[in-house]
Amino acid sequence: MLDIFKDLVNWVSGPTVLFTVTTVGLLLAFRFTAVWSRTSAKVFFVVLAVFYVASMWDPNFFLIVAKPDNIPITGVIFLVFFFTWYAMHQGIENDRRREAGEAPHEKKEGYKVWVWPDLVYTEMLAMVLLSIVLLVWSILLAAPLEQPANPADSPNPSKAPWYFLGLQEMLVYFDPWLAGVVFPTLIIVGLMAIPYIDTNPKGNGYFTFRERKVEIVIFLYGFLILWSLLVISGTFLRGPNWNFFGPYEYWDVHRVEPLLNVNVSDFFWVKLLSQPLPSGGFFAALLREWLGLILVGAYVFVLPVVMSWPREKLPKGFRWLSLRKYYEKMGPARYYIGISLFLMMMSLPIKMYLRWAFNLKYIVAFPEIFFNI
Amino acid sequence: MLNRITGPLKAAWKEATDSQVWSSVFRHGKPVGDRNRALVMMSNVFLHLHPIKSRKAGIKLRYTWCMGGITFFLFLVLTFTGLLLMFYYRPTVEYAYADIVDLQEHVPLGIMRELHRWGAHAMVITVWLHMLRVFMTGSYKPPREFNWGIGVVLLVLTLLLSFTGYLLPWDQLAIWAITVGSNMARATPLLGTEGPLSASLTLGDINLINAGNDARFALLGAQSVGGSTLLRFYVLHCVGLPLIAAFLMAVHFWRVRKDGGISGPM
Ligand code: HEM
Repeated sequence: MLDIFKDLVNWVSGPTVLFTVTTVGLLLAFRFTAVWSRTSAKVFFVVLAVFYVASMWDPNFFLIVAKPDNIPITGVIFLVFFFTWYAMHQGIENDRRREAGEAPHEKKEGYKVWVWPDLVYTEMLAMVLLSIVLLVWSILLAAPLEQPANPADSPNPSKAPWYFLGLQEMLVYFDPWLAGVVFPTLIIVGLMAIPYIDTNPKGNGYFTFRERKVEIVIFLYGFLILWSLLVISGTFLRGPNWNFFGPYEYWDVHRVEPLLNVNVSDFFWVKLLSQPLPSGGFFAALLREWLGLILVGAYVFVLPVVMSWPREKLPKGFRWLSLRKYYEKMGPARYYIGISLFLMMMSLPIKMYLRWAFNLKYIVAFPEIFFNI
Repeated sequence: MLNRITGPLKAAWKEATDSQVWSSVFRHGKPVGDRNRALVMMSNVFLHLHPIKSRKAGIKLRYTWCMGGITFFLFLVLTFTGLLLMFYYRPTVEYAYADIVDLQEHVPLGIMRELHRWGAHAMVITVWLHMLRVFMTGSYKPPREFNWGIGVVLLVLTLLLSFTGYLLPWDQLAIWAITVGSNMARATPLLGTEGPLSASLTLGDINLINAGNDARFALLGAQSVGGSTLLRFYVLHCVGLPLIAAFLMAVHFWRVRKDGGISGPM
């Protein structure tokens, strides 16, 4: 019985299932907003806590979770869960008020109060509490110190600090120039661009969900799935050789996972035309990669244009792609910058699913000049 | 509560607060009553980062979660404990590890390293949650666009501070985490030896970009994580990045006030 449960959890924690389940779960939660109630938060919290505590009896689970530097990640799980719930909960409460013709809660408390004592005391209390938490944490748990540095002996797995594990996970799907340089830059630029792209004047200064649905769905998808989830799974579920291990699995250094990944060029030339890849020189390389180049070019340059067209201009079956409404609301500059950043963000899950479904390695591959996508 | 104290204690307290020393430090009476509550906020350099009055909703825990404030407090804790750590720690391959061991085992009150490390983890988490709160209340919308941008830079600085600090204990965890993290710089387009197009930067038949001068080399000060990396990260961690962060925090707080205080519904 217990073994079946453990096998099930291990299976659910696999990258494919976990990513899909959490994404679908999040989208359902946005659709059926009743789940952000107090009761379901309590139930979820208790289930998570029970799962966590009970799992401590499993030696493999304990080994990973109790590592001193992994303790903060347990904090991340519970804190991110709690605060996402808290923000959404208040937002939905405010939406309900709005529906009943009332103002948001924040408006009711719009009157001014003296900062001394109202705010200063709260700050004081926060400082005292936080100091206690930090002191207790520091007394109970020694900071980790491993063997002295030895450049000749690389541990397996070698992991970046936890907050960069999302980037390290991206390395599975993208080459370092994208995962380590281009995407981080785009994340920073994209975050800074948010206030200039988002022209929706509503929801400024109070929690709401209904009035800012699109913004919130996109942001939380990035925050919860593409950042938090990848950090958590990178810490707890990625073992030696960056292989995936379920929470109850032993981190076997010798487990070998076959790498059978193929490029788009292989699909086209070898599988479809049963020919060897064109080789010899610059133009042969271009010919070899023509399909991938067109696919990437279409995604990056053509798709944004096509999506700005009115629905009727798009062929049947593709009309849902039309973002005409936003194009008109935002104007061309905001629209193109916004949609490009959005497509860049979505390229990660897209590449993930391509890998899982077709073992796809590179869409475009010029290993000669380290230019692989 | 103070009002309930009587007897000699009360007399001593009164003596102290009536003295010339006290009134030279605090230039007004107790912060009761409108006038003194305004004065206390204005005459204290630390408190004057705050406004004198604020909308009730904006200072409620349920709205800000105090997350920005907590992040700032953690920054102060890290500055203080970091300073103490600097008394003992020498950033050389020879001493770094041994100094860390000493810090934990021989230095009285040896939890400064713990406070510093756990505080750093906590700060990364709280800065993310602060960003979540700011986003979910739409507080980046006009007129606060610029302050959101400052915030993003502060987030990056927080991560970099944590990253540079990770190397300093000079144990296996440290050098390999930094090795993994900095390997990616090798792939910087144009500027990394293994980055796209860097091979096209040539002068005659000399490659301008090689492992001895590319982006990764600039970061590490060497071709692999070693003594010069340790020094570089130490200087950035203890001087460069905290200075920039403190400077930007000042701008950040100033702008919170100048943009009309904590956001709220129109
Ligand atoms: C070292 C990092 C940071 C510190 C110490 C800090 C501190 C603060 C503090 C104390 C406030 C006052 C209100 C509150 O506590 O919520 C605040 C507000 C604000 N912060 Fe930060 N912050 C940091 C990083 C960030 C980041 C990463 C962002 C966003 C990307 C950001 C954006 C903002 C904005 C837009 C406000 C105004 C919010 C409002 O008016 O409701 N800050 N910050």
